[in-house]
Amino acid sequence: MTVLAITEHRRGEVRDVSYELVTAGRELADDLGTDLELAVIGGDVEGFAEDVNRDGVDTIYTVDEGEEFNHGVYTQAIEQLAAEIEPTALLMPNSVNGLDYAPSVAEQLDLPLVTDVIDFETNGNLEVTREQYGGKVETTYDIDADDYALTIRPAEWPKAEEAGDAAIEAFDADIDESALGTTVNGFEEVGGGDVDITEADVLVSIGRGIDEEENLPLVEELADTLGATLSSSRPIVDNGWLPKNRQVGQSGKVVTPDVYIAIGISGAVQHVAGMKGADTIVAINTDPNAPIYDIADYGIVDDLFDVVPELIEEFGGEAPDL
Amino acid sequence: MKILVTVKEVAEVDDEFQISGLDIDEGSLEYDLNEWDDYAVEEAVQISEENDDVEVVTVTIGPERAEETVRMALAKGADRALRVWDDSLENAQFLDVESKADILAAVVEEEDPDFILSGVQAGDDANGATGVALADRIGFEWAAVVNALDLDIEAGVASVHRELEGGIEELTDVELPSVLTIQTGINEPRYASLRGIRQAQRKPLDVHTLDDLGLDDSVVESPVERTDMYEPESEGDATLWEGSAEETAGELATFLRDKGVVEG
Repeated sequence: MTVLAITEHRRGEVRDVSYELVTAGRELADDLGTDLELAVIGGDVEGFAEDVNRDGVDTIYTVDEGEEFNHGVYTQAIEQLAAEIEPTALLMPNSVNGLDYAPSVAEQLDLPLVTDVIDFETNGNLEVTREQYGGKVETTYDIDADDYALTIRPAEWPKAEEAGDAAIEAFDADIDESALGTTVNGFEEVGGGDVDITEADVLVSIGRGIDEEENLPLVEELADTLGATLSSSRPIVDNGWLPKNRQVGQSGKVVTPDVYIAIGISGAVQHVAGMKGADTIVAINTDPNAPIYDIADYGIVDDLFDVVPELIEEFGGEAPDL
Repeated sequence: MKILVTVKEVAEVDDEFQISGLDIDEGSLEYDLNEWDDYAVEEAVQISEENDDVEVVTVTIGPERAEETVRMALAKGADRALRVWDDSLENAQFLDVESKADILAAVVEEEDPDFILSGVQAGDDANGATGVALADRIGFEWAAVVNALDLDIEAGVASVHRELEGGIEELTDVELPSVLTIQTGINEPRYASLRGIRQAQRKPLDVHTLDDLGLDDSVVESPVERTDMYEPESEGDATLWEGSAEETAGELATFLRDKGVVEG
């Protein structure tokens, strides 16, 4: 009986969620009275194992197969390792790559899977908490099984910081290359271009609340008047109203301006991941329960189409007719 | 070539809502096609327009109400639709990833598609796991969170971009048959035309029970049980400026000037 957590790396770097998995995994292992073991799969496994050797980790298994993430290698390696060490809890990151292998591993090992877990508690069974309906509610689930698999939401647990003294063991996985049906050919960085929103001191950022592309001149005028830079949440970029280099969030840019003015942005977790480091956050949103108000320092619960023109005029600009 | 697109009618919650028991009260919900699935349908329809002899079939697990959503997918260009439902699904507390994968796997066995497109996640449950679980179950290859797709039917390869975190995309070749989970923004979903809506009324929409698919009640059983649903306590301590738009804009302007980030 043990807790096994799968670490994540990309392009030569261990990703933060790996250290968060150590914290969450240690918490669960303490609750269950078991060891916490990690797996490091692919890339510079020895270097990565040193990185994740943090306080609370008992054993780190290294699987020296391939450079970058490939779900075929991960699924085979995890299945073989699990067969050997028989974890009671298998923790994986709820990252893009985590969701590319966790459901398959759970199927193969016949484990119930709960994804995007934000909290858990042991009371006989494991009870996990997750969000639903876009974060409007939280739900708890009781898992009535001896063994189970969870994916853990990034940035929900603190990173384990203290150095540890885990045993590091090479695990010799037998990878069937002929069963790998995907080939990773490389990476591409997107969102380049003339504007770097990560350099801006003040960001005027817009979301779904802007409703129509035709309404964009209103916030463009505000940004101009304030000498600020315009950024946005995901739907604006999905709609093609602004280029990808303006997108703030998990799949876009992480920004840390002095002031972030979120206009018509509800504050989904993926968006918040990209802007919670702003010094001061101001929200303008009609819904007082929108999650953006959980992290905002100041707020105006009102219609952006009423407030923004007034704000433009305050600074001597002229609000465009929409 | 046959493309199967999994679609789900999802519930969107009003700003003001009530929880009754372990779910949100029906009166606070509005139903619509899952946003991610809209992009998956569009991607499939575009493939069918660019290639000869491509059939697009949608499948949904849902009650009769969901047919409105399914007809929308048909109006946008899907050829026919399947809906799976019966009393045991109606009575289930919720369907976990495994149950959905089981049901969809039975549909795949019947339909024998070459290619399956699914949304990355559903807007209500946000499991983000059904597509990959299905792929594993039916022995297809897969790729999760695809935001660009170039399909070479002859070579049997889908060249995709997977949208990783932080503005990085992974360029990957996926062998067919495969399941791709489609990310928003991959295309521009069309609006259904009036002609499309009229045609959709005549397109086949077949309903299957679990029994029709060779499954029984046990498929909905799950070791995972929902025990509570509640509104999270606001963690926020935001200072809210109140008053007319002129007053609140004035407060914000004063703040920005005091902060020294804006001149004027």
